[in-house]
Amino acid sequence: MTPNGMLLIAVYFAVVLMLAKPIGVHMAKVFEGRRTLLHPIFRPLEVLTYKLTGVDETAEQRWTHYTFALIAFSAFSFLFVYFLQRLQGLSPFNPQEFAATNVPPDLAFNTAVSFVTNTNWQAYSGESTLSYFVQMMALTVQNFASAAVGIAVAIALVRGFARQQVTTIGNFWVDLTRAVLYILLPISIVAALFFCSQGVLQNFHAYTHVTTLEGATQIIPQGPVASQEAIKMLGTNGGGFFGANSAHPFENPTPLTNLVQIVLIFLIPAGLTYTFGVMVGDRRQGWVIFSACSVMFLAGVLVCYGAEQKGNPVLSKLGIETAATPGQPGGNMEGKETRFGIAASALFATVTTDASCGAVNGMHDSFTPLGGLVPLFNIQTGEVIFGGTGAGLYGILLYAILAVFIAGLMVGRTPEYIGKKIGQKEVKMAMIALLSTAFSILVFSAISSIVSFPSPGKGATGQPVARSYWNPPGPAAANVANSGAHGFSEILYAYTSGAGNNGSAFGGINVNTPWYNLTIGLAMLIGRFLFLIPLLAAAGSLAAKKRTPTSAGTLPTHGPMFVGLLVGTVLLVGALTFFPALALGPIVEQFLMNQGKLFSFLLFPILGV
Amino acid sequence: MMATTAQMPAPIQTPSLLPQKLRRSRPLFDPEILRRATKDSFLKLNPLKLAKNPVMFVVEVGAALVTLFFLRDAIAGRGLLGFKFQISLWLWITVLFANFAEAMAEARGKAQADALRKTKTDAVAKRFFAGGQIEIVPASQLRVGDVVLAEAGDLIPGDGEVVDGIATVDESVITGESAPVIRESGGDRSAVTGGTKVLSDHIRIRITSNPGETFLDRMIALVEGAERQKTPNEIALNILIAGLTLIFLLAVATLHPFALYSVRSAGTGAVPTIAVLVSLLVCLIPTTIGGLLSAIGIAGMDRVMQDNVLAMSGKAVEASGDINTLLLDKTGTITLGNRQAVELIPFAGIDELELADAAQLSSLADETPEGRSIVVLSKEKYGLRGRQVADHEAQFIPFSAYTRMSGVNIDGRTLRKGASQAIESFVRDLGGVIPKSFQETADRISRMGGTPLAVADGSKLLGIVHLKDIVKGGMKERIAQLRAMGIRSVMITGDNPLTAAAIAAEAGVDDFLAQATPADKLEYIKREQAEGRLVAMTGDGTNDAPALAQADVGLAMNTGTMAAKEAGNMVDLDSNPTKLVEVVAIGKQLLITRGALTTFSIANDVAKYFAIIPAMFMATYPALAQFNIMGLHTPRSAVLAAVIFNALIIIALVPLALRGVKYRPIGAAALLRRNILIYGIGGIIAPFPGIWAIDQLLALLHLA
Repeated sequence: MTPNGMLLIAVYFAVVLMLAKPIGVHMAKVFEGRRTLLHPIFRPLEVLTYKLTGVDETAEQRWTHYTFALIAFSAFSFLFVYFLQRLQGLSPFNPQEFAATNVPPDLAFNTAVSFVTNTNWQAYSGESTLSYFVQMMALTVQNFASAAVGIAVAIALVRGFARQQVTTIGNFWVDLTRAVLYILLPISIVAALFFCSQGVLQNFHAYTHVTTLEGATQIIPQGPVASQEAIKMLGTNGGGFFGANSAHPFENPTPLTNLVQIVLIFLIPAGLTYTFGVMVGDRRQGWVIFSACSVMFLAGVLVCYGAEQKGNPVLSKLGIETAATPGQPGGNMEGKETRFGIAASALFATVTTDASCGAVNGMHDSFTPLGGLVPLFNIQTGEVIFGGTGAGLYGILLYAILAVFIAGLMVGRTPEYIGKKIGQKEVKMAMIALLSTAFSILVFSAISSIVSFPSPGKGATGQPVARSYWNPPGPAAANVANSGAHGFSEILYAYTSGAGNNGSAFGGINVNTPWYNLTIGLAMLIGRFLFLIPLLAAAGSLAAKKRTPTSAGTLPTHGPMFVGLLVGTVLLVGALTFFPALALGPIVEQFLMNQGKLFSFLLFPILGV
Repeated sequence: MMATTAQMPAPIQTPSLLPQKLRRSRPLFDPEILRRATKDSFLKLNPLKLAKNPVMFVVEVGAALVTLFFLRDAIAGRGLLGFKFQISLWLWITVLFANFAEAMAEARGKAQADALRKTKTDAVAKRFFAGGQIEIVPASQLRVGDVVLAEAGDLIPGDGEVVDGIATVDESVITGESAPVIRESGGDRSAVTGGTKVLSDHIRIRITSNPGETFLDRMIALVEGAERQKTPNEIALNILIAGLTLIFLLAVATLHPFALYSVRSAGTGAVPTIAVLVSLLVCLIPTTIGGLLSAIGIAGMDRVMQDNVLAMSGKAVEASGDINTLLLDKTGTITLGNRQAVELIPFAGIDELELADAAQLSSLADETPEGRSIVVLSKEKYGLRGRQVADHEAQFIPFSAYTRMSGVNIDGRTLRKGASQAIESFVRDLGGVIPKSFQETADRISRMGGTPLAVADGSKLLGIVHLKDIVKGGMKERIAQLRAMGIRSVMITGDNPLTAAAIAAEAGVDDFLAQATPADKLEYIKREQAEGRLVAMTGDGTNDAPALAQADVGLAMNTGTMAAKEAGNMVDLDSNPTKLVEVVAIGKQLLITRGALTTFSIANDVAKYFAIIPAMFMATYPALAQFNIMGLHTPRSAVLAAVIFNALIIIALVPLALRGVKYRPIGAAALLRRNILIYGIGGIIAPFPGIWAIDQLLALLHLA
């Protein structure tokens, strides 16, 4: 690890730390209905929105109504995105004349689910699939909407802790509107303008054909990139305008834009920890969450960066220089952009998976096994290290509930968190949420590791089969580019990314087949809604409870002890659930790499040795 | 007005501040209990019964599955029979150990219930019927409202209220205390319990409960655990461990396809067998807490019982651990219950000895504790011996609520002592002078929490006796301990605010409620509860009943009225109001034990992964041998060692589950740090040497 790299990480963390409080205070004001500096501009818009949609902003909802509104909104969004893609042949702003054939139903389904669930898993490549109109009206709009939904759920859960003896947890439509108008929109506008200044594209031009010095023709894609780029990071969406995502120079041209992009990822999640503290009336509680996230973030980034900088021992043995020198970054540069180097790529990969962003500026598939394990494990623990916009906070509050429930008993009282007794309902809901993620990651990965599709010409009973619709014939696992443990990691990562609503691709796997589009789509739906609905139910139950005053007998949740407890719970639950799978993927791969075996070079027959 | 509880008669047995000796206790591993528990642990293998415990049910299904595969292979003559046999054996043992823990906890209660049942012989009742005649009927025919006669030597046929007469009653069946108690009509000592025995005199009793619903019946049901319902926290914990079981089921079930993929692509090794997969699952699911959870709950109830407190539900015991506010009656709980003379203050010009002499003479016939304490003080401090008043011509004037004084007319002197205003007017009426310092001294004593008692010799005011409420020894420490537990203690008294404040300060309580009426008490509880606090209190009088019912934990005294006992959710058979503190500690201990064993159980999993995962895939990926940090001999010995450790840890922790983790009143933060260190960090570390040792032993014995 180089001093430069460490400095980058330190500067990045310092910026996040500095911004957490002001943005946190702002968000608390917004959701408590207090006046902010932005009110003169956006309040008229807000009032107009309510007038047009017939929303009564003073009407509060029980958790069931809140959830129903959320589901209805998401269902409508899904249909909207799905049909906009399928009808893109009719759409304006389509200089490349992309048609519905570019987005078959399975891909349109996957993409619609992906953007509605804030996953932004991309089985397509933007520049060769979607019109500018679809990118803007379907995808960018969802980037705002799905992020706002996440924030709304988090705020509803926080209200569950902050309120007492009430039946309501807020109004979904109001929370959604305010999240967009006062938080997402203003910051995105500023960030988009900044990105334009740095060279990120923003136009409706047709693709440019140029002739290179070698005489070859190169197609250079264009489009309204900057406007999507800002919300892609801020809303922890991660869906790139181009297939190469933030590795593409038109999305992320300079080291400065790179830094701003990862700051944008953590901006709202880190701020929400402070909002939490303000809203429950004890800022220390917010700082404890912030600290626990910071500990896990720093540990993750150091492991990842360390592994990447150390590089591949197999290459070192071949005499390739892997130490950093003033002239070259050393380490494992495979799949990384030279303008970012090792540290900025490792930092980006860690941050994008700590949060549920999923934007990438390098290929995680090409990381060393240990370096790739960090993003994978980050997602598997539920993306609670600051996490997605809103999703991170409600995720870590789930772990806080579990930590308090298990350890809290050891002080000899019915466990309490923020004065709320943690009872059957909360534990049940937390377990359902935890189970749903584990289920969709493990079960779908398991099926895809062994399922096989019949070859054309002969079915299971010998009858002729014209074509295998779901996947190319043979094992679904054959869609991976690498064999053995690395291939397994590729499958595991795909479902992990989907179920965790991350959306980053490990790569090395062809996921644009109906089989993967469907199963990953289902994983995204389960991971989003079976996680978030139980937590809304918990919010309803918590809001109805009294708040017990703290005493010397209460488990203290505002000190370093609880930070340790929270971190321990996150890591232990994640490790216990996924250790067997990880052992057969990145862990054994790391051991083998150290012994000089690489899977990229090994094919099935040779492996038998 | 003073609350009734403040006037409650001194309990028959002197309440002790220290934890009561466990009267009915048996040694933890009594041979009879062990026998009973061993038998029950086999009966509990019935899957229908076990299904209530999701964790152990999964283990049983796993054990059955492995046994089936073993039998199939044994018939087919396939290999590795020894290994499969041992695995299935240890899986069954795991279930048996968990059953044994629960059976042990239950057996103690059952043994006690049997003992109680023996006393419930077929009693007969002497029932009055119209015209005042008596008919002899079996006790089982009594109904609410019947009036029966109980004479010396009779067993009282059912729960009831004394409507006429007074008798001494032996209640040792219920309380374990052999000293007889007095039961009389009217007032707070009118309740009698079926099954207790009249020792002298006779009483008429109105029956208040139907057969089968008596206190004794309820007590038997409670100690036997027949009506045991899972408490809220226990249910929540069950949900947690059931959820974890499902998660591990997912992790292990999907490991099979993952292994299939890995073996196919590596082209070597074998997919783990069912026996190994089941072993991993059983090791991962929280069998330790799953096996011990119900035992912890039953044992907690049992510990309350050993303290001679009858808890009507486990929920009440659990709630007592959560108590934020404890209401303590001043008299009998915080103070000794009777005031004592501590100082004699003569007025100017009066000799101290003269005052002592007069005070003593006026108190010689006064049998109240206050009177006796004056005699004692005069003797100890002024060397005045008790005199034979019979030699003199003495006429004693007893205390009356009307005159508010008492005294003696002796040798022509009229000695009086009493409330300051009463003596003041007595002296004035005789034409005496009131010294200037009189009011001042009286006020000063009041402010210190004492009661001024003026003494006069005819028209001459001699001085004031300082009567003091004596705070029980050790009470201050007790209350400090409560504060460390995070519990606010509130003193309830009928005294005026001035006196109450002084005693509250001396005892160190956090708050007090002076001149408290039962309605005030109820109001205070409701206010505390509205602020989210849980309140506990003790009471014995009928007018305590609403407050006892309102409190989250209401501990009724066994000497109290039926109404009080019905209203509370616990009855203290010793009638010791400070018992509430012990009950709170037991409630906390119960929760701590659950938390500690849950943490330990989950923390244990780390080591088991290190044992089993490399063993599973050593052939497919030899590189995973790096995970075998314990250096276990073979894959088979590693799996077996983990399974055996998992089973043994259950039986090893049975004593801890039954006795409970020790509770220390050191504050939540310190307690948490301590328990995390022992059960969290300890739980991660402990299995490593344990599994290693078992593996060594297995290798030594050539078992794997």
